[in-house]
Amino acid sequence: MSFDASASDWRYSVDRAALIQRLSAVLPAESLLVDEEDLRPYESDGLTAYRCLPSLVVLPADESQVRAVLRICHQFRAPVVPRGAATGLSGGATPHPDGVVVSLARLKKILRIDPLARTAVVQPGVRNLAVSEAAAPYGLYYAPDPSSQIACTIGGNVAENSGGVHCLKYGLTVHNVLRVRGLTSDGEEVEFGGGGLDAPGYDLLAVVIGSEGLLALITEITVRLTPKPLLAQVAIASFADVRRAGEAVAGIIAAGIVPAGLEMMDRKAIHAVEPYVNAGYDLDAEAILLCEADGTPDEVAEEIARVRTVLENSGASEVRVSVSEAERLRFWAGRKAAFPAVGRMTPDYLCMDGTIPRKRLADMLEAIEILSTKYGLRCANVFHAGDGNLHPLIMYDANRPGELDRAAAFGAEILELSVRFGGTITGEHGVGLEKVDLMAAQFGCGEIAAFHRLKAAFDEPGLFNPGKGVPTLARCREYILARAGTTSSILANR
Amino acid sequence: MDPLIAEWQERIRSAAAAGERLVLRGSGSKTFYGGMVSGTPLEVAAYRGIIAYEPTELVVTARAGTTLRDLAAVLAEKGQWLPCEPPHFGPSATVGGMLACGLSGPGRATAGAVRDFVLGVKLLTGNGEVLSFGGQVMKNVAGYDVPRLIAGSLGTLGLVLEVSMKVLPRPVAEKSIRLAVGEREALTWLNRWGGQPLPISASVWHQGVLTVRLSGAAAAVAAAQEKLAGEALDESEAAAFWWALREQTHDFFSGEAPLWRLSLPSVAGPQDLGTTLIEWGGAQRWLRGGDPATLRAAASAVGGHATLFRGDPALKAAIGVFQPLSAPLLRIHRRLKTAFDPHGVLNHGRLYPDF
Repeated sequence: MSFDASASDWRYSVDRAALIQRLSAVLPAESLLVDEEDLRPYESDGLTAYRCLPSLVVLPADESQVRAVLRICHQFRAPVVPRGAATGLSGGATPHPDGVVVSLARLKKILRIDPLARTAVVQPGVRNLAVSEAAAPYGLYYAPDPSSQIACTIGGNVAENSGGVHCLKYGLTVHNVLRVRGLTSDGEEVEFGGGGLDAPGYDLLAVVIGSEGLLALITEITVRLTPKPLLAQVAIASFADVRRAGEAVAGIIAAGIVPAGLEMMDRKAIHAVEPYVNAGYDLDAEAILLCEADGTPDEVAEEIARVRTVLENSGASEVRVSVSEAERLRFWAGRKAAFPAVGRMTPDYLCMDGTIPRKRLADMLEAIEILSTKYGLRCANVFHAGDGNLHPLIMYDANRPGELDRAAAFGAEILELSVRFGGTITGEHGVGLEKVDLMAAQFGCGEIAAFHRLKAAFDEPGLFNPGKGVPTLARCREYILARAGTTSSILANR
Repeated sequence: MDPLIAEWQERIRSAAAAGERLVLRGSGSKTFYGGMVSGTPLEVAAYRGIIAYEPTELVVTARAGTTLRDLAAVLAEKGQWLPCEPPHFGPSATVGGMLACGLSGPGRATAGAVRDFVLGVKLLTGNGEVLSFGGQVMKNVAGYDVPRLIAGSLGTLGLVLEVSMKVLPRPVAEKSIRLAVGEREALTWLNRWGGQPLPISASVWHQGVLTVRLSGAAAAVAAAQEKLAGEALDESEAAAFWWALREQTHDFFSGEAPLWRLSLPSVAGPQDLGTTLIEWGGAQRWLRGGDPATLRAAASAVGGHATLFRGDPALKAAIGVFQPLSAPLLRIHRRLKTAFDPHGVLNHGRLYPDF
């Protein structure tokens, strides 16, 4: 993987002592971290395989402090790495060695909830789940629900265009955010979107969402709230092989059903989860499907009946439907605990995030099985089957020489295969540092160059989160040359 | 490369070299929309046809010259559609025009806009490069979201060649109801209903009558119909009514007076700016005529914006079609334009006068 290499493409020469002096004039002492022991906790995000000590960390308390920090960094040409709860899995918040980490953890106020307009205005450090909790008294909630929703922040969700398990019906972050207020790298205020459903000119809101902190630093967000369905029920189906489970997914869609959630777990994932949370999963199954229906009680009953028919016709060996809210939550608890459950089985794991057309699921799982043998590493699979987003969890031990590199190569092959199947290298976790080289598997140099021009339209000096998201053109060419004519045995057969 | 694309690529490159401006034209159904363009027309509707459609993937990819009518027919065969209901405004309206104009119909407030359904785009830039962004899958965060940026960019960033869209099953049941109610009360009702789990898929208030469309599972539609207790429209009447709104053949839209579109927070009160037609649960309000400065001030006072949707060239030239941008946003717009069309070849002036 390319962390050192990618960061070294973007080096900055910053007078650290002078920068500290200027920042200490606009920030209280406890908001400016300069000593190594204080910086150490910030050296990585959720992708702990990548670590880098930042030059400095600042913890501004409000927008005016953020603006002051950005203006000073702009004068010093110091890179800026925004950081929320650092739950991201692609290294989007990994510090830059010459840069300032701007933690937005203290901007955590819910500024307004307007139940009539169904909106909430929040600061970027507000946790995803806190929005839904604050909206609950009005019968409303914030729909996107990444698995890390207890900890992850709305600012981070906007940066990554986070998804979750209910995207097929309720959309991604980009479908649930109305307005973003932020600052450009020179500290100028900008507002994307607005009070209505659209804004004049180019749809900059859509570009900023998912821009991984490379275009603007977000200081305030208006999210759209959704009425809570009266009832939700989940059907859980066991399959003796994954191909049938995949066919059941296609069958549900073909029947005209848009389930609130549609998730799949393979045998390894089931066996990781079940002893950990006792969700009640079938340990004999090769794959299980979770299919959720929500709405009015009549609506749910109608949809669950149709889903059950499809599942049974697709060869499910067992179909169970949650009979209480407690049971529904228990069924979901297993899925939501998949990552930590796998974490218990192995010293380290890498979480991949490719999206593929649903019909290629069984092919992909077979390929992963072969790759698992090739690299000598175990891999459990959880899958947002409704939207084709696959999370293979590659298990390794970083203390064994060479295992991280093998895990990374294994992951890269999965993602290259995702592209070959007509999908993408990242569905919801972002490119960050982790997949920056792999961008060249999905895009040509023309697109990469256009991305750099787009970035410069927002951030001309290139100070926001350098080295992430988009590879340099040189690196893009290198990748393409290196791969020319080399096709792995797995790829050749597909 | 397709010979048509090669031809257009050459045309754009020679225009760039000669400092010539080109005006992109699909079927011409929406030429009325946007600012005043100048340049040599480039006809682009000939690149047509559906490239890939797999109903169980809920994704369709079409060449930009494909007509919306043909696309809708192909989707309907499999019981699917584009829930953003893009208006055609002409019999041969194209997929490329839909994306470039980014206009959405009655379903927008709940189903989402064109930008919410676009997944991928293949583009011929003002530099003559053929570039592909996004893809054919629903979750994809690799690279900046250029496909959504192209939605509504009015051909100023590139010539759209191919578009991939998310599609959905048509709702199983649909019912429209009508209620007599004043403007203020209608706005309150719509916002209150919006906060409840009701299957409202479209709404319009005009001259004391609120019409609401309910779509979804049969049980949910029936329950909502009972709850809202309005007079039910019969099926063909309802279909014709929503089509007339979407296509602006409704009486409100006839005549020569300038047509203004105000995009406002749904909770903004009655604007008292003249006869109005309110859609999208209060978020889209149409007006005929009125003082442009007053309309724009009223819209921005509540956090929205006003567009001169239809108007004569003199009025467009005098006041601009779209609400002016803040200085930092305008600067970003200009740089984006340069990023995709460095020589200013494509649709100069269609969005804002100076680029």
